Parts: sequence; C-alpha cells; structure tokens
Amino acid sequence: MNSPLSSPPVWQIGPVTITGDVVATWVIMAVLVAASLLATRHLALVPTRTQAVLELIVGTVDQQIRDTMQLPPGRYRAFIGTLFGFIFVANWSSLIPGVRPPTAHLETDAALALLVFLAVIWFGVQAGGIRGYLATFATPNLVMVPLNVIESVTRTFSLLVRLFGNVMSGVFVVGIVLSLAGLLVPIPLMALDLLTGAVQAYIFAILAMVFIAGAMPPKGNKQ
Amino acid sequence: MNWLACVSIVSAAMAVSFGAIGPALAEGRAVAAAMEAIARQPESASTISRTLFVGLAMIETMAIYCLVIALLLLFANPLLK
Repeated sequence: MNSPLSSPPVWQIGPVTITGDVVATWVIMAVLVAASLLATRHLALVPTRTQAVLELIVGTVDQQIRDTMQLPPGRYRAFIGTLFGFIFVANWSSLIPGVRPPTAHLETDAALALLVFLAVIWFGVQAGGIRGYLATFATPNLVMVPLNVIESVTRTFSLLVRLFGNVMSGVFVVGIVLSLAGLLVPIPLMALDLLTGAVQAYIFAILAMVFIAGAMPPKGNKQ
Repeated sequence: MNWLACVSIVSAAMAVSFGAIGPALAEGRAVAAAMEAIARQPESASTISRTLFVGLAMIETMAIYCLVIALLLLFANPLLK
C-alpha cells in the first residue's frame, strides 16, 4: 500500500517534479475561478436563479463572520469564503473517480495553514497597527506573552494536522475497506467521508475567523 | 523483520487505541452538555452548536495526533531507514 505521507509524481519537467496533487489543486482552482466568473457575469438587481444561489452562499458566509468575529464582514469575506470554498470542493473532489483530494496530502494543508498564519498577522496589523498587534500577545497580562507566542505556532500546526488527518484517514479507510471487502461495500464510509469533509471545511473557516478575531485589538480602546 | 519494526507496529496500534479513549470520552461529555444546554434554551441552539463544532474539532485533534504518530511509525519511520 502506498504511504499516505508521500504523493506519487506524475510528470518531470526539468528539475521540477509535478505530483498529482498539484494538478488536482490547479484544476480545482481553475474550476472555482471559472465558475465564479461565469456566475457573476450578468449580475442584475432582480436576481436570476444562479445569482440567488450565489447571494445565499455569500450571505451565509457574511452571517457566520458576523456571528463568530463580531465584526463587519466586508474585509474578511474574500479570504474566509475562498478558504471554505476551496477546502470544501477539494474534500468533495474524492467523488470523482481516480482523484485523491489534494487536502489529503500534508503539503496542501501546510500551505493553507501557513496562509491562515500570515492572514492573522496581516489583518491584525491592519486593524491595530504593529503596536496594537503585538499588544494582543500581552492579553490578558504580560505573563502570558511566551505562551501566546508558542500558541500562535502550535495552533497553526494543529490546524494543518487536523485537516490532513481527517481527510487522509477518510481516503485511507475507504482504500483499506475496498481492498478487503470489494466493490460497493465502502459506500457508507464514503458518505461519512463527505460529511467529514464538509464539517472540516466549515471548522477550518471558523477557526481561521477565531484566530483572526483574536489578533484584533480589544474593543473600547481602538487606536 | 527485525525487532525495531515489530516494536513500531505494536506501538502504532497502541498509539491509536489508547489515544482514541480520551477524545471519545471527552466528545461524549461535550455533546451531552451541549444537548442539555439546547434542551434548556432552544433559542440559543445555533450559537451552542457552532461552539460545539469548534470544540469537537479541538478535541478530535488529540485523536488525529495519535493517528499521525501511528502513520509516521508505519510509513516514515526514521529508525527503520
């Protein structure tokens, strides 16, 4: 059985090895961008059916941001929505025969977690300036600074391991059951896998919001 | 197969089996508490279930860590190279 920690190469272009996950990631990105461009081409005040669905999705993301971060969603909608959309589509891409979801590999999840880590710094500095952002490390008091610094690294790591472990274990279990029991038997497991995929996409987005909201200066003494 | 491989396999199985006990108990308690809270205050069900989801994800990570350790032992064991 192939190791779930490695990804088999597909092409070799010069010194660069292209793995199947990179191809899957780029295909998913292209599909998402193309779908968004197509769907937002003819926006009207009275929405068509497609536009109504889109507005529902964007409205839900906005509402979640408002509920979780207690902030106006305008600045975070693009980042959070894209994270959720990409992870959701990537997790469910296991529905297509022959495709292993790119999130079942450590590298993709590491990139996503790194994005969240950088976004926390970016949004934190934007909201409170560098001093304001650094001051959030000293909450609730100065004794907590080392712990908060360590936490900002470990929570990124746990974000990566959580997504990787959940998606990869789903794919892995389906593979094992398929090799033991044969055709059609792992279908309930695949259904469970879809549920896990959706929940993990949701949780990844929620945790990104929580981390970003944690880097905001506390309300009341905004600079 | 040398004894190092045997020990790795046994410890991978033990990591998953014992590592699953704590998170299983913890998730049970968390869900039970959330159910109780929703039964008392059905109007705050959406807030409670959102917090529950995030909390469950946090708890679940403990079990996932054990799984990753087991996979490292089985597939990327640095001692078996």
